[in-house]
Amino acid sequence: MERTTLDLWVGAFVVAGVVALAILAFKVGNLSTYNASETYSLKASFNNIGGLKTTASVRSAGVLIGRVTEIKLNAERYEAEVTMSIDKRYQFPKDTLVSILTSGLLGEQYIGLKPGADDEMLKNGDAIKQSRSAMVLEDLIGQVVAGKAEATK
Amino acid sequence: MPVVKSVRNIGHRVTEGIWRIGFATHFFVLVLRNSGSSFRRFRLTVKELYFTGVMSLIIILVAGLFVGVVLGLQGYEILKRYGSESALGTLVALSLLRELGPVLAALLFAGRAGSAMTAEIGLMKASEQLAAMDMMAVSPLARVVAPRFWAGVISMPILSMIFSAMGVFGGYLVGVVYIGVDEGSFWSQMQASVDFQHDVLNGVFKSFVFGVAVTVISLFEGFDAPPTAEGVSRATTRTVVQSSLVILLLDVVLTAFMFRGN
Repeated sequence: MERTTLDLWVGAFVVAGVVALAILAFKVGNLSTYNASETYSLKASFNNIGGLKTTASVRSAGVLIGRVTEIKLNAERYEAEVTMSIDKRYQFPKDTLVSILTSGLLGEQYIGLKPGADDEMLKNGDAIKQSRSAMVLEDLIGQVVAGKAEATK
Repeated sequence: MPVVKSVRNIGHRVTEGIWRIGFATHFFVLVLRNSGSSFRRFRLTVKELYFTGVMSLIIILVAGLFVGVVLGLQGYEILKRYGSESALGTLVALSLLRELGPVLAALLFAGRAGSAMTAEIGLMKASEQLAAMDMMAVSPLARVVAPRFWAGVISMPILSMIFSAMGVFGGYLVGVVYIGVDEGSFWSQMQASVDFQHDVLNGVFKSFVFGVAVTVISLFEGFDAPPTAEGVSRATTRTVVQSSLVILLLDVVLTAFMFRGN
């Protein structure tokens, strides 16, 4: 085979590999929506986080604005402490309500932020005061069953 | 005594197997030590890249597309039962990036390029070309084996990425164009759950490991083949069988380390 045709094909092959990686990174993966350098972190405490995991998404009005970076148990108050990193472009007022939501009935759990009306904004490292825990299916069923038992008495 | 004989047989097979692993490892180290010239004279490697990489492109493209199409159809069937068709993109992308892309691309690569490498080197040995090179003080390891090794190691991750990208495209064709899943949720759910480091780079790393394993096995079998027609044919068969088994075994080990469900 002639040298130039060989080079052409191998070059095209390598370029195709680079293009495939770019597609996988930006179109399939999250590299375009996630930028680690321009984030700030917020904290929130929950009585129960259900099945929330690190790297779960943080959304406001359904738009992805950040990710959960750390989950740990506060040993004094027995509450779950969740740290999340939020995109710097989005600022939230001090009285924001943070809740754990589920996408669909059996979907993944994520954190939803509902902004309040305060003039002051949350800063890096601040803790959000108002929180609503995850909906735990067993608790709900328990309540329904207890309610039924009350009614039939 | 038949019992003693069969025990002796087992012992013989085990020691034989361990000997071969030792030889293969020694061979691998020798290839690495002799690979200077495949970078100094990169043209040798480029030529092999053409035969192992470019010539495998078509089978990888077609197989990737078909696997993606099947994943789209089957995934939709199952997800529909739970009313979560919008997660189709996630299912297709994650299964391709994490498992099917690297593993199937490596299996195809072993059948397409690995067997060819074994047969080529085995025949070179049978027709005494390697011995002739040695006589002329040209190391066959540096001139013949190392460029093929590096070509395989370079082309395997590229082929696996092309396979995955093609599979995602196939899933898109079936899911969005044919069945009519919402295009926005297809891509956005995919992007929300595919992590570049955890999924994409881990898959690339997997295929790199598979590339090393497949090329070492193919080259070693060729280099070690008895210099007869039968020996070369047996070595070629062994290459495909052993590469496939090693790929699947390594995949179990790598998956256990990468994704242990944290």
